[in-house]
Amino acid sequence: MSAAGKAEGMGRDEQAGIRDNSGQLALLMIAPAILYIAALIGFSFVLAILYSVSDITTGDPTLRIIGFQNFAAILDNSVFRLALKNTFFFAFTSQILVILLSRIVATALMKEFRGKWLARFLIMLPWTAPISLGTIGWLWMFDSIFSPFDWILRYFGLLGSPGALLGPMQNLYWLGVPGLAMASVIIVHVWRLLPLATVIQLAGLGSIPKDLLEAAEVDGASPWRRTLEITIPLTLPIVSIAFLFGLVFTFTDMTVVYVMTRGGPIHTTQVLSTWTFFKGIEGGDLAQGAAISLFLFPVLAGIAILMLRMVRKSEVV
Amino acid sequence: MARVEVRGISKLFGEVRAVDNVDLETVEGEFLVLLGPSGCGKTTLLRMIAGIEEPTAGDILIEEQVVTNLPPRTRNIAMVFQSYALYPHMTVYRNIAFPLRTRGVDKATIKEKVEWAAGMFGIERLLDRKPRQLSGGERQRVALARAMVREPSVFLLDEPLSNLDAILRASAREELRQFQKRVGVTTIYVTHDQVEAMGLGDRIVVMRKGKIRQVGTPMEIYHWPADTFVATFVGSPPMNLLGVGDILTGFRPETFLPAELMTGVGDVVTYPFEVTWTEYLGAERLVYGNVGETSHARHVVSRLPGSVTLAIDTGKTYSFAVPRRDLRFFDRESGLRTDRGPA
Repeated sequence: MSAAGKAEGMGRDEQAGIRDNSGQLALLMIAPAILYIAALIGFSFVLAILYSVSDITTGDPTLRIIGFQNFAAILDNSVFRLALKNTFFFAFTSQILVILLSRIVATALMKEFRGKWLARFLIMLPWTAPISLGTIGWLWMFDSIFSPFDWILRYFGLLGSPGALLGPMQNLYWLGVPGLAMASVIIVHVWRLLPLATVIQLAGLGSIPKDLLEAAEVDGASPWRRTLEITIPLTLPIVSIAFLFGLVFTFTDMTVVYVMTRGGPIHTTQVLSTWTFFKGIEGGDLAQGAAISLFLFPVLAGIAILMLRMVRKSEVV
Repeated sequence: MARVEVRGISKLFGEVRAVDNVDLETVEGEFLVLLGPSGCGKTTLLRMIAGIEEPTAGDILIEEQVVTNLPPRTRNIAMVFQSYALYPHMTVYRNIAFPLRTRGVDKATIKEKVEWAAGMFGIERLLDRKPRQLSGGERQRVALARAMVREPSVFLLDEPLSNLDAILRASAREELRQFQKRVGVTTIYVTHDQVEAMGLGDRIVVMRKGKIRQVGTPMEIYHWPADTFVATFVGSPPMNLLGVGDILTGFRPETFLPAELMTGVGDVVTYPFEVTWTEYLGAERLVYGNVGETSHARHVVSRLPGSVTLAIDTGKTYSFAVPRRDLRFFDRESGLRTDRGPA
């Protein structure tokens, strides 16, 4: 009886020992995360590097290392160079628009007005829709013949009549004209990322003490000066995070381009992610596909480091 | 230097009357303190004078000009906030320079003025620092320097000492007062601390529930409170109030002393004082107890200077007295002071 009691007591002691050893406990609790990163990110990353220096295809899955020939080949390809340029243009243009628009929306949402919750709800809605479905909706809106945008333009006489501002033809053919196709893709991406950026901006604006803006007002600052010298500098760290996050999001997204234009017309909306897919998966050249997908890695890694720095900086203020 | 005048001003937040039909006028160059418990409307009144809160009704005049609907920047006022509201991303130099830059002052003049203001508050060596690298007292000085640098005609302060610790607060109070006397700018100062109000103000405005209860010098407020609210809000411990009939008799704790000490003070009123509790505070002794009046309010406090070493024990009854000239009378119904003593 007493021995059993003692043993039980010791058992409790051992348990307490594990619980109290913060080093072991930390290891135990972080293990799933490490396992997840190693299996699902590390493994695929290493595989991608291996593929990119091999001549593997879907038809011949043996791994023969051939060095950097794939990189030379993709760089030599004019479609790749166009896709690279498009990727940067697409990402930066849409993010600049997202940041500008989200600041305007967030500033409006900081004010009290009737139906504010409805406005907030509607602005958040795109974020809750599956991106592919949302994009298919936009695909119809940009339809070459039935586009409602064209209807509206025709209704106001801007399109479809002789001497109209946008030309005498009945349709703009949004996704069939190079410049308009890129604009369409950017519009959809802005629509898609605006909710997240707005929420981040709202958090940023909400974190500015009211006193500061009032002090600036008493100090004689006009609304413009208050925005430029107080609001923008104080929200810069958090806005930068929104910007960089959105940049990564657009750099790596293929859904919008794939659903809307498949990179067309004549590759004018082709981006690296879609080009990777067309080359590596549809074209079966896994090695070149891997090489293309790795091309943005240094850029993305750089952005990630910047983001982590920004997060630290915004904590200090 | 300027006069501030407030005419019939009110501020409603929904149904709540934060400030209720207030009239007030400053004397040029004076230090006016708005005193009251939290929620009495004193900060709202200050914010309306500053122009960051719009009055629901009434007018504000600065230098005889109606400024009610003018933005703050046209009023030539400076304000120090309770939080100091320093711009965290700017250095101390840029913080102090900010009000000058908004006015388009040229760089050389800005430099000269910032250095002058920094020198006035002894913060020259802090000019390159960011606010987060400063202590509470240093931040307060930067806030004052930022307010003074443009040489405003009115200086508004919203509880600027409440974030400082007790020792620092006392010295900051003294500095602030001396500084104000030196520059002679009309100053309106908001506080809920009656000691601060008494120590700083040329005149004190006591507010409660959005209304002014009394305006007067610290001496008038303390010795001739307009009503029972002022009598009990100002002074620690507050004025004793004894209820007799429909009249309340009030006297300050320090005027309520053992009867044997009452020599050469003229006519006195004597009470049997049953002591229930004493507190020894070093410089003084507080004696709590009940007086013999058979009324609803008979609990009173006596404040004995440390020099009175008379033994006073809990549970015993002593004869205490108040000079008749120190008695104040209030109407029980309205709380207002009256000249009429109890029947």
